[in-house]
Amino acid sequence: MKTAVIVFPGSNCDRDAAEALRMVTGHAPAMIWHQETSLPDGLDLAVIPGGFSYGDYLRSGAIAARSPITRDLVKRAEDGMPVLGVCNGFQILIETGLLPGALMRNAGLLFVCERTPLQIENTNSRFTRSYGETREVTIPVAHHDGNYFADNETLDRLEGEGQVAFRYLNNPNGSIRDIAGITNAKGNVLGMMPHPERAVDPVHGGTDGLGVFESLLGGTA
Amino acid sequence: MKAKIHVYLKPGVLDPQGTAVANSLKTLGFEEVTGARQGKLIELDLSSVDAEEASERVKAMCDKLLTNPVIENYDIELSA
Repeated sequence: MKTAVIVFPGSNCDRDAAEALRMVTGHAPAMIWHQETSLPDGLDLAVIPGGFSYGDYLRSGAIAARSPITRDLVKRAEDGMPVLGVCNGFQILIETGLLPGALMRNAGLLFVCERTPLQIENTNSRFTRSYGETREVTIPVAHHDGNYFADNETLDRLEGEGQVAFRYLNNPNGSIRDIAGITNAKGNVLGMMPHPERAVDPVHGGTDGLGVFESLLGGTA
Repeated sequence: MKAKIHVYLKPGVLDPQGTAVANSLKTLGFEEVTGARQGKLIELDLSSVDAEEASERVKAMCDKLLTNPVIENYDIELSA
């Protein structure tokens, strides 16, 4: 499986994401600097890591979403290539328009950094299928702008179409309808605020994040 | 030419920062404050000469980058 991690100035989870991909796929991902204009040929998965791309200037993810690499990323995603955006990666995916809604300042105004229990809402998605019967997982969050918002019509559509992938069981940021992660209509793009790459090794304090990466392999671990 | 772009949250979008500002003002004794909304002001220096064209271009800038149409509205103010 050929994977890539896109790196922006201010990304800080790119190496964690790379390590998780290496663990699960057995191969190191390509690290793609945002000034590149195309992703590698035959890519099976692109990960947009967490961090503070461009210092969160203007809006979190706004400047990164207009980087040179993004044009090819959007095109590949529209052609069906899986894309996983974590935290700032989720913010960037929203700013590209690949995912609907907005991620606003946390309702409590504080940066939240904690292990968060989550409900897996859609266990058939390309990103969650390896969780099997598991419905609850604990994955860390670390963000300031994770307060998901969309209008009611969009929310109803997301819920109706099974596009809500994860919900918070103990909402840390005020996200509307407790939404922690969503997919696009085709199901090949997932954005989530919790960091699955920070829960892939027992030394992390848990391995509940592994399922996201294993699901992408097509396995049923 | 200069453009001032006022960006503010749409009605109905929760503004926790505005709420915190309103509460803080009340704590200071400004009881008349019944609400606050916080936005931002972006100032652009432009080499444009034609106001109408500049207005169109700045609007495109707002739609492409400067604002998020899901949660924000904006006003453009052009001056010589």
